[in-house]
Amino acid sequence: MDERIAAAWRVLPDYLSQHVVLSAASLALGLLISLPLTIGAIRSERLRWPVLAFASLVQTIPGLALLALFYPLLLALSAVSLRTFGQGFSALGFLPSLLALTLYSMLPIIRNGVTGVLNLDPAVIEAARGVGMTDRERLWRIELPLATPMLMAGVRTSAVWVIGAATLSTPVGQTSLGNYIFSGLQIENWVSVLFGCVAAAGLALVTDQLLGVIERGAARRDRRSIAAALTLLFAGIAAAAATPLLQQRSSAYVIGAKSFTEQYILAALLAERIEREGASAARRAGLGSAVAFRALANDEIDVYVDYSGTVWANFMGRTHTPAREVVLREVREWLQQTHGVLLLGTLGFENAYALAMRRSQAEKLGVRSIADLAARGSELRIGGDFEFFARPEWRALQEGYGLRFAERRQYQSTFMYKAVAGGEVDVISAFSSDGRIAAHDLIVLDDPLQVILPYDAIILVSPRRVNDPLLRRALGPLEGAINVDIMREASLSVDRDAEKRTPAQAASWLAQRAGLGS
Amino acid sequence: MTRDPNDKAATMNMHSAAAPAIELRGVSKSFSGAPAVRSVNLTAPHGAFIAIIGASGSGKTTTLKTINRLVEPDSGEILLEGEPVHASPPHLLRRRIGYVFQGVGLFPHMTVGENIAVTPRLLRWDEERITQRVAELLELVDLPQDYAQRFPSMLSGGQRQRVGVARALAARPAIMLMDEPFGALDPLTRDALGREYRRLHERLQLTTVMVTHDVLEAMLLADTILVMRAGEIIARGAPHELMNEHADAAVRELIDTPRRQAERVRSLIENAAAHG
Repeated sequence: MDERIAAAWRVLPDYLSQHVVLSAASLALGLLISLPLTIGAIRSERLRWPVLAFASLVQTIPGLALLALFYPLLLALSAVSLRTFGQGFSALGFLPSLLALTLYSMLPIIRNGVTGVLNLDPAVIEAARGVGMTDRERLWRIELPLATPMLMAGVRTSAVWVIGAATLSTPVGQTSLGNYIFSGLQIENWVSVLFGCVAAAGLALVTDQLLGVIERGAARRDRRSIAAALTLLFAGIAAAAATPLLQQRSSAYVIGAKSFTEQYILAALLAERIEREGASAARRAGLGSAVAFRALANDEIDVYVDYSGTVWANFMGRTHTPAREVVLREVREWLQQTHGVLLLGTLGFENAYALAMRRSQAEKLGVRSIADLAARGSELRIGGDFEFFARPEWRALQEGYGLRFAERRQYQSTFMYKAVAGGEVDVISAFSSDGRIAAHDLIVLDDPLQVILPYDAIILVSPRRVNDPLLRRALGPLEGAINVDIMREASLSVDRDAEKRTPAQAASWLAQRAGLGS
Repeated sequence: MTRDPNDKAATMNMHSAAAPAIELRGVSKSFSGAPAVRSVNLTAPHGAFIAIIGASGSGKTTTLKTINRLVEPDSGEILLEGEPVHASPPHLLRRRIGYVFQGVGLFPHMTVGENIAVTPRLLRWDEERITQRVAELLELVDLPQDYAQRFPSMLSGGQRQRVGVARALAARPAIMLMDEPFGALDPLTRDALGREYRRLHERLQLTTVMVTHDVLEAMLLADTILVMRAGEIIARGAPHELMNEHADAAVRELIDTPRRQAERVRSLIENAAAHG
């Protein structure tokens, strides 16, 4: 079997079980909230419009945004809870995913339930009144039973939506089948992306079929097929809920990673080092940049690698660009003083923003530095990742060099490199340690005015692990051990199309090259 | 006919034998400003079979529905056995009045037996008594006993309306309200069901008010006919009185319609026979 497929199979029990538990919990909670709302909307015309409008509004928010919005909301709630009850809760992972998916599940259930009842044959309603039913008796004995097939169709739609949308919970730190998709997209492992899609679609299909059996069983009053389908559904959920218990992996340390190749490799490296000391390590990969830092500051993850410039500009809000050592020193102090976070050490390389071009085009235009680029920029197109154009570096580049471009586009970073290599754009916001610079034969333009911030890779440790001896023992040797060349090579070995390494394999290779023993 | 002591209709029947079964006093109703019924008076003694006839929009259905409060009047008073209908909540009132209408409205998710048993269940009769009552009613409306397990979708239109009548009679009401009950049926079924219902009316000593636009049906079934036009009762009396003695020529003509039609049919047949 292909190594990538084998690797995907190995993590399937973990991803699938978490995906099932999350989807089932969201749908159950969604039903619990939707059914009373449906009944309210049927009985009260005044309630009907606001309920349906709210559910429709939720549906118009993109799934990813809905998930993202719950994180800061829960963080604030957790802070309030900590102040008032002395007890906070995790704003990352299961809870925000559960709440967002619950909201997402509601519309089809409510809309189908309300439509199902309101479109019943008026003769049946008149008969129900005529035989002397109260409103409540009419609802429970006539309207809801008759609207059940329609309501069940809504539940089926909802289940399929929730299972699909649950793949988006990966960036807020909840493991799901989305992990295949997000990490696969990042490290250009299309087998993994496809595997995730097929698994999620398969799960949705099976669930839909089982709910379909219940729906038809309800219409035909066939109790046996309803019971059989329900048994299968609950057996599946129970098996999923039991999987983590069977695996008994109460991890001592939680390692965070943002969503790009270097981060996946470094997370694997940190895990390897910790496991070598005899402790277990779980990973929360694919986190958004701000999410990762907040999670660390809140002790939800224990350690991850960030970059000095990111802390300086994004979290400290500084806009000037001092020397590398100054940035490092001030970052270290700020982390310690404002968040109690420890800057354990630097890895030895920088992953700074850099402007890169195809070598052939740069030579043809005679461009070597950003200053040269400024003269030709108005004819050229620039591509950036999702955050680049909102970052201080971009403003600094524009102000420092007077850079102007004919057009600018945004890409997910994998596609950004493809875009410049394919000539869709001329210049990109590359990362200096990225293996794809060499792979695509790009050159990094000099920054003679030094407007771009230094981005030293730094190991950050959560407040509760500041004095953890095992962590220091495991990660101390990484100080200055990785230079930019081996980091680029490791990243490229994961990103390239042939003879791809998994992040774990690349981490082992990196450890060896860094002289950390095998 | 045996009556159960728990049966509300039965106790009501007995407590004020002097009062008429149904009495409407000055009942008016408008729908969004347009008057549908204007100051209608109606008295139905026990055992009466009254038919209300009139064109569409004459207010006959609205009048009927004020009796079981499917329509609430704007003004006027409605008394059953001398007791105002507003004395009890509408759903309790309706459980002691039979109601049959053109749409039938059998509950499609319930069997015939369950449909018939609906009102007794609402009244919390015990199951044994309900089963017995369902069997009794199937016999009464001339349906085979095994129909109790069938679903309404498996029945013909006539069979459905038989079930509709059985459902209305299930809790032994003293009063039956019927709104175009046989209007959607073919002429043969319609005639048969009408005659059968008239026999039930006699046998169960019911008081029946039936709305119909079919003059012939009204004449064949009812003892008293009320003619409505534009929300008002413009004539009332036994069929032969209205036909021969009523002051309003239009009413005389209306009531005479079936007889004239029958004569035309007979002459057509005779002519055909003479020429053939």
